[in-house]
Amino acid sequence: MRKVAVVGAGLTKFMRRAQETGKELSFEAARAALDNAGMQLKDIDCVVMGTAPDAFDGVHMKGEYLSDGSGAWGRPYLRGYVGGGTGVFAPIQGWYHIASGMFDTCLVVCEEKMSGCKPHPQGAFLTIFDHTTERPLYPNLLWIFALEMNRYMTTHGITKREIAHVAVKNKKNAMDHPSAQLPMEITVEDVMNSEVMAWPVNRLDVSPTSDGAAAVILASEEKAKKITDKPIWIQGVGWNLDTSYWTNRDLYYPEYVERAARMAYKMAGVKEPRKEIHIAEPYDPFDYKELHHMEGLLLCGKGEAARLAVDGVTARDGDLPVCPSGGLLGVGNPIAAAGLMKISELFWQLRGEAGKRQVPGQPKRGVAQAWGDLMQVGTVVVMGVD
Amino acid sequence: MNGLETTRKETKLKKKGSVPQANVPSGPLLKRKMAFEGTPLSGKDFEQGKVLFTTYKPKLAYAWDTGRAIGRYLQGLKEGRLLGVRCRHCDRTVIPPRAFCERCFRPIEEWVQLQDRGVINTFSISYVRWDAVRLEKPTLPAVIDIEGTSPRVGILHLLGEVDPKQIKVGMKVKAVWKAASERIGAITDIQYFKPE
Repeated sequence: MRKVAVVGAGLTKFMRRAQETGKELSFEAARAALDNAGMQLKDIDCVVMGTAPDAFDGVHMKGEYLSDGSGAWGRPYLRGYVGGGTGVFAPIQGWYHIASGMFDTCLVVCEEKMSGCKPHPQGAFLTIFDHTTERPLYPNLLWIFALEMNRYMTTHGITKREIAHVAVKNKKNAMDHPSAQLPMEITVEDVMNSEVMAWPVNRLDVSPTSDGAAAVILASEEKAKKITDKPIWIQGVGWNLDTSYWTNRDLYYPEYVERAARMAYKMAGVKEPRKEIHIAEPYDPFDYKELHHMEGLLLCGKGEAARLAVDGVTARDGDLPVCPSGGLLGVGNPIAAAGLMKISELFWQLRGEAGKRQVPGQPKRGVAQAWGDLMQVGTVVVMGVD
Repeated sequence: MNGLETTRKETKLKKKGSVPQANVPSGPLLKRKMAFEGTPLSGKDFEQGKVLFTTYKPKLAYAWDTGRAIGRYLQGLKEGRLLGVRCRHCDRTVIPPRAFCERCFRPIEEWVQLQDRGVINTFSISYVRWDAVRLEKPTLPAVIDIEGTSPRVGILHLLGEVDPKQIKVGMKVKAVWKAASERIGAITDIQYFKPE
């Protein structure tokens, strides 16, 4: 397989509701990524679009709807979709387009516009559950997060207070991110005292619903070296799907994330993730998920992640910076775009171009991960400077 | 630099040796304008007619076939019985029933009547309805590991007749059924599970 690099990235601002359409958001992110790489659309061989449930938009075949905004017309085009895992899955699809030797450049665009769904985008999530055995109980997405969080807390004896440190950290990190929707300085008490939505989940444990888009440009080794002096290489990719019978497995640990991580680490030649990964951008739609996913990514032992958050190890200037971007909790959660935002963050961090967000110590390697479908898919990308 | 301050200036593919730099003013990041600020809207903008928009309410209805396995599961519920299936190859007893084993990928033929009781695997106390409307009285969803299945095999259902503060993981619970005359062959034929 050929080496593949990220050579440019772009983001829109993330916000609760944008007047711009999904096409316009996609265009803004894609154009910013092209400008960042110093490229034009004619330099692009193929396009991958990542976008999550059609139900948010009420537009069936959303991939086609968004295709002009992502620069797809007249090119080989693919829309990929694994729910919340999409934002890290789309660059994997772009990776194999190039690694296979079929294409030299690929524009990867991820978009989400959740705000149009009324009365609340939460309602669209009802339709992800089994229509006969679960939907008549009127589940919502908060339920399954709350059920998973409770199982995780109970298994390891972790407290809500410990978990709240993640929300405090990520919302603060987001204060340095120009795209951020919910940058704020809060305390653990603020999280604990915020509205109880579905115990153990409080309002400040949760990322917001958002509109936004992100894009990256991938290139083959030969092309990448012509485009930039500082290509950031995709060293490893992994993805894995667990059972849809989510009540038939123990929710305390994301096995599928571990499988995806092992696949990506093997490809990247990473043997000791705790030592060889310098920055992590795990998926953090809820604060406990960052911890859950750090464990799945083998960045610490099972049940150990909360301690790292409390002790400041995962702070931007800690030994293992986690979500230096501000994550979904701080930057926002336009689902597919949020995952690709994490890839963009690693790109800027590893190039030393993250501005006030820059992780000290010239990090050499990072991992990004997203999670989705019915709590069952893990998507992982390892990126590095060589 | 953070990749976000790029401008619309036309740039060309550069040769090796020259790093493409975004054309941005220097200065503190937060004071700098992004290339794309977007146009944030609020609910008021809609109420006060400040923005134009169109609406659409889907008027579709679906009639879902149950399939062989879930069809029999629903028939069991109508009769007040909780049915599971057993895969002989994996030696695994599961609920909800399925026509094939997703692990060994063989048909499943063996049906098992399970106890209508189990243990709370995990639970929540939810003040938010499916459409985000807030609730005064919480809903109590839970994963209930059903007695007679393989370890950690359960179903999603609700808890009832219990003080939310008293709910614990590991608590034994039992199904509370609707009256036989009211059962229609649905998961809601069980009203909820209550502590034993």
